[in-house]
Amino acid sequence: MKALICIGHVPDTTSKVKFTDGDTKFDTTDIQYIVGPYEELALTRLLDIKDAGTEMHITAINVGNAETEATLRKALAMGADEAIRINADPTDAAFVAKQIAEVYKNGEFDVVVTGKESIDYNGGQVEGMIGAFLDLPTVAGASLFELEGDKIKMEQEIDGGKQVLEASFPFVVSAGKGFAKEPRIPNMRGIMTARRKKLEVIEPVEQKNMTEVIKHYLPEAKPACKMVSPDNVEELVRLLHEEAKVI
Amino acid sequence: MAVLIYTENFDGKFKKSSYELVSYGVEIAKQEGTEAIAVTIGNVDESALKELGNYGAKKVIKVGNDELKDFSAKAYTAVIEQVAKNIGANVILFGNNPSGRAIAPRLSVKLNAGLVAGAVAIPSSLAPFTVRKRAFSGKAFADVVVNSDTKVVTLSQNSYKIVEAKEDISIEDFTAEIPEGAYAVKPIEVVKSTGKLSVTDADILVSAGRGLKAAENWGMIEEMAEIMGAGISCSRPVSDLGWRGHDEHVGQTGKVVAPNLYIAVGISGAVQHLAGVNSSKIMVCINTDADAPFFEAADYGIIGDAFDVVPKLNEALKKFYAEG
Ligand SMILES: Cc1cc2nc3c(=O)[nH]c(=O)nc-3n(C[C@H](O)[C@H](O)[C@H](O)COP(=O)(O)OP(=O)(O)OC[C@H]3O[C@@H](n4cnc5c(N)ncnc54)[C@H](O)[C@@H]3O)c2cc1C
Ligand SMILES: Nc1ncnc2c1ncn2[C@@H]1O[C@H](COP(=O)(O)O)[C@@H](O)[C@H]1O
Repeated sequence: MKALICIGHVPDTTSKVKFTDGDTKFDTTDIQYIVGPYEELALTRLLDIKDAGTEMHITAINVGNAETEATLRKALAMGADEAIRINADPTDAAFVAKQIAEVYKNGEFDVVVTGKESIDYNGGQVEGMIGAFLDLPTVAGASLFELEGDKIKMEQEIDGGKQVLEASFPFVVSAGKGFAKEPRIPNMRGIMTARRKKLEVIEPVEQKNMTEVIKHYLPEAKPACKMVSPDNVEELVRLLHEEAKVI
Repeated sequence: MAVLIYTENFDGKFKKSSYELVSYGVEIAKQEGTEAIAVTIGNVDESALKELGNYGAKKVIKVGNDELKDFSAKAYTAVIEQVAKNIGANVILFGNNPSGRAIAPRLSVKLNAGLVAGAVAIPSSLAPFTVRKRAFSGKAFADVVVNSDTKVVTLSQNSYKIVEAKEDISIEDFTAEIPEGAYAVKPIEVVKSTGKLSVTDADILVSAGRGLKAAENWGMIEEMAEIMGAGISCSRPVSDLGWRGHDEHVGQTGKVVAPNLYIAVGISGAVQHLAGVNSSKIMVCINTDADAPFFEAADYGIIGDAFDVVPKLNEALKKFYAEG
């Protein structure tokens, strides 16, 4: 299996979210960047399949500027075989998807894997857009990914339940919860060998920018929590009914 | 120009979220001076289709091809693309639910349209088309401008209220062309989550965390949900430990929910948990630890032992609901 895995470079999940430049930009001061949590699951699953004896070559790709190389190196340390960075500051999801579709065309990949969504702008768009650019089938938010002979068995959440799917290569899939159990943590050997693995830098192709984030807002501060005594739970019921009007 | 609203049906029935979406689409159409048209795929009775008219849709297009029985992102996108072109839609709306999330990005590329995923409000301006959306997993919002002529938007659940506006709705049948290879990824089985209220549909969620210590202690949580007609959710460790199913896990890496009332029992309130629930209208925290971070996010709190507080609260709730 030759897999192209799309690695997002996102702020750590515990990051304090702040904005700068008149709230037009995310404030990156003191922010730690990580491999997106869904991509961690996706890569882990591919590595599990490889460890179980299937021939597998994993190329990690990121669309980003030089700063994101540290994140790509993390993916290499986890076990990806090589990495590609498309040298651009991504403007929107379609731009990212277009770049990845282009790399797919020039390689011989069986499958493109992304995360279900990036945890900064929560789009969940890249997988579907790559599929549309390449006219490949897509599976969104898969919770299972198993090799069965020359086919892949997957599960996809659908409205009101889930769908069990069987796919032949090639296709595009985004990994949701359940894709792998626990994300792998790179070991010392992985970190050492990652430095020697190939990380190729490619210039972007053109793609018109269709959306633009113009301003950010933080949620309104909540009033302090109203405390109710554990010996007076009736008071909580009364507040929920009369004050909050939710029951 | 027209606003096209994808309303998915569940065995021929629509859910509350579809009515929210229709109300949202009707408002955009009104502002644009165009028509709001719904589209649905599958076999739906006339009476159910007519209900979409109660929220102001003027027309519903029913795509009844038998081949479309099973969901496929590729097939469904092709269908919506044909319908959108046919009616000259310039705004196409989806719910931010599994089918919407699967179709909208594909469609946006096909139609050369910009996409806003997870909108939380009506566009603040139509030219330039500006919509506010959820960002940073609920820790922030972002205003997004769409530059393309055609726009695709997915609407977050519970972020637009249902508005009744009776219209005499017309029903139109549409037979779509299904592209080759649309079912190359072959559906082999559908597992329906029947019976229980899904976490994303519930108006009230009773949620519990590792503080409950073991799977067998969920009886009192189930009882509370039963009394309130609520859904049940849980924190990640609870589903990782196998105490509850993965479909109940909410948070950054689980489901994102926005009920009217979220009751958190024995959940510490880690940022990754709050990321999935902080759009709830009202949050209640029951926890033994006065310093649990959840109290900072909650509207109401009880510092106490769940094994003492929950049974008492259940009694009080029973009394409240019995008295009406
Ligand atoms: C990348 C990443 C993604 C994550 N995504 C998610 C996610 O999507 N959802 C999620 O939930 N978590 C997520 N987490 C995990 C998160 O960080 C927390 O570990 C988790 O939410 C803690 O769950 P908990 O509150 O149930 O358990 P704990 O943190 O163990 O808290 C238990 C709480 O119960 C209280 N308690 C104990 N006994 C009682 C009692 N008898 N009565 C009342 N209260 C009691 C304790 O005071 C404590 O506050 C993620 C973590 C990472 C790193
Ligand atoms: N700049 C990027 N480079 C590579 N992959 C990305 C990038 N942005 C997003 N992705 C992938 O696309 C998925 C969905 O992202 P999004 O559509 O932004 O929510 C992520 O989980 C990543 O796998």
